[in-house]
Amino acid sequence: MSSREAILARIRSAVAGAPAVEVSRGYRPVRSEPGSADLFAERVRDYRAVVRAVPESEVAAAVAAALAERGVRRLVVPEELPGGWLDAVPAEVEPLRDEPPLTAAELDRADGVVTGCAVAIAETGTIVLDAGPGQGRRALTLVPDYHLCVVRADQIVPGVPEAVARLDPARPMTWISGPSATSDIELNRVEGVHGPRTLEVVIAL
Amino acid sequence: MNTAFLGMPSFPRNAEKALRDSQLRFNLRKATHTIRARRGAVVAELADWPELRAAGRAIKDDVLCNLDRYLLQAEEAVTRAGGKVHWASDAAEADRIVTDLVKATGETRVMKVKSMATQEIGLNEALEREGVTAYETDLAELIVQLGDDWPSHILVPAIHRNRSEIREIFLEHMAQWGRPAPDDLADDPRTLAEAARLHLRERFLSTNVGISGANFLIAETGTLVVLESEGNGRMCLTLPRTLISVVGIEKILPTWRDLEVFLQLLPRSSTGERMNPYTSMWTGATEGQEFHLVLLDNGRTTVLADEIGRQALRCIRCSACLNVCPVYERVGGHAYGSVYPGPIGAILTPQLRGMASELDASLPYASSLCGACYDVCPVAIDIPEVLVHMRSKAPHAPAERFGLGAAGWVLDRPVRLRGAQRVAGRLRGLVPKSHLPGPGAAWTATRDVPDVPAESFRDWWRRTQKGDERVGRPDHSESSEEVGGELA
Repeated sequence: MSSREAILARIRSAVAGAPAVEVSRGYRPVRSEPGSADLFAERVRDYRAVVRAVPESEVAAAVAAALAERGVRRLVVPEELPGGWLDAVPAEVEPLRDEPPLTAAELDRADGVVTGCAVAIAETGTIVLDAGPGQGRRALTLVPDYHLCVVRADQIVPGVPEAVARLDPARPMTWISGPSATSDIELNRVEGVHGPRTLEVVIAL
Repeated sequence: MNTAFLGMPSFPRNAEKALRDSQLRFNLRKATHTIRARRGAVVAELADWPELRAAGRAIKDDVLCNLDRYLLQAEEAVTRAGGKVHWASDAAEADRIVTDLVKATGETRVMKVKSMATQEIGLNEALEREGVTAYETDLAELIVQLGDDWPSHILVPAIHRNRSEIREIFLEHMAQWGRPAPDDLADDPRTLAEAARLHLRERFLSTNVGISGANFLIAETGTLVVLESEGNGRMCLTLPRTLISVVGIEKILPTWRDLEVFLQLLPRSSTGERMNPYTSMWTGATEGQEFHLVLLDNGRTTVLADEIGRQALRCIRCSACLNVCPVYERVGGHAYGSVYPGPIGAILTPQLRGMASELDASLPYASSLCGACYDVCPVAIDIPEVLVHMRSKAPHAPAERFGLGAAGWVLDRPVRLRGAQRVAGRLRGLVPKSHLPGPGAAWTATRDVPDVPAESFRDWWRRTQKGDERVGRPDHSESSEEVGGELA
């Protein structure tokens, strides 16, 4: 008998006669109202990420300002990033397109990456990327040390259940809550380990 | 099972040694109290925590009852998405599957995301025997690996080390594994984290095989979920050409929607955050990767067969029970002699490994049964209930069995108890004051022998108060005696 069959047989004999379990979901159900941009900003700031909330028309200026402050010269730009977002970025910033795919070493030499997102969660200050338009494959937001993420207000949902309901599990996903961090030394939280050490969020209101 | 812990002495002897280490006690107290407070604050933010906890418990119970069906569903979904599924009955088989997969790639180096399952099966050692070096990439695992040490906590394996010890380990051992630590390394956590970043950077960018566990496997979609903090997990899951995930069969969740419960329960219970920095989710072969899923039994189906003990399989490895346990806080994780320490380890290890060794048989006693672990458990595992159940299954010495049998016989009838009390009262002069002889010596090693009274309360009552209408309930004095000896 293969291990597969043996394991399945052991399971069946172990739980034979066990009563069926009813799962009651008495917790707060999915809410239909939009998530609060203010709460999202506050919760992202709790993780020591930088947050700028600006009107939609000023996103390009906010992106340019953020990149300039950071001193980004080589910027990874995923496919289908909404065109307007980079309009105010000066010409000396070199865009690195992922076509053909950038190698890990090339990503490592980049100064930063700018992306959109799929969903953002107000209650937990989380951004979810699902490799959709303007987000790129997962490595793009992992290897560069600086991640600038633009979140549209209508992408913000109140909590985790609303985000789960909106997302497609078939897509590769990264849920990001603040910059990379560790609590492994005396359980003190320290930001900045292997992932981007700086996360900056622009909220387009 | 990891053979590293074979032949370890029993928990009380390990604990005695650990208790003499004041640095360890200080480190543990500081760390567990920090995280306890953080967990308490973020759990209190969710008004529906009890309902989330009840749902988490029920979802996991449903998984256990229908595990065969869910595993087949997951296998089909992962396969459909281009992944390859392997089944491993025990540690040796899982080690062999992974080793063969790694050798097929022609690589001799693999990088690992922190994973309890691969520790449980002793994968690093198995790979080493075949000439493959496994590099741990989680900061705490790195500290453990560099220091040739054992993990002592589920979430923070190096919780027993403080910053200056970690600095010493980095200075002394990083060079043997790769990029050395800078000579002027300071001991603040930020600098130490930076040293780990530099040490592992090149490794991440150049290693072609990644090995992980998983927090969840969604049966309906075949999606794997890994929660982490540092980004080392993303590195290992995303960058290598080949990814191998070793996942315990109980890690299943039936539906995608179930994540709405567990992504609220787990981060808040484990690191005390509203959400952990990074969660990766992928389904099958992703972004051009080759993906292998190894489903691991290794004793889990034995645990499943125990109606009371099986609730331990609900565990999502958050480690909240370790952080609140008064025993763990004082003795640390090593005394438990298992990759699963603390209260959950005390019920999981003896079930997974059996209770043949002295150590494993002593684990169900590594608790005061205070119940703090049950209170914080996000999937409501009644750890005290399972501990008591395991104690009844543990082997007992003949003297103990005889003693308990005799006590049971005496306490079974009021008349026997009364007789025994009168005999004990007459012979009280013969009872030693501090240490009992023979098998009783173990009991009095940490306790004083109680004074045996000259007469029982009942005899005293009968002698002094009989018929006195102002005190007690004379009408019922006889019938109450029939109920039992609790007043005596």
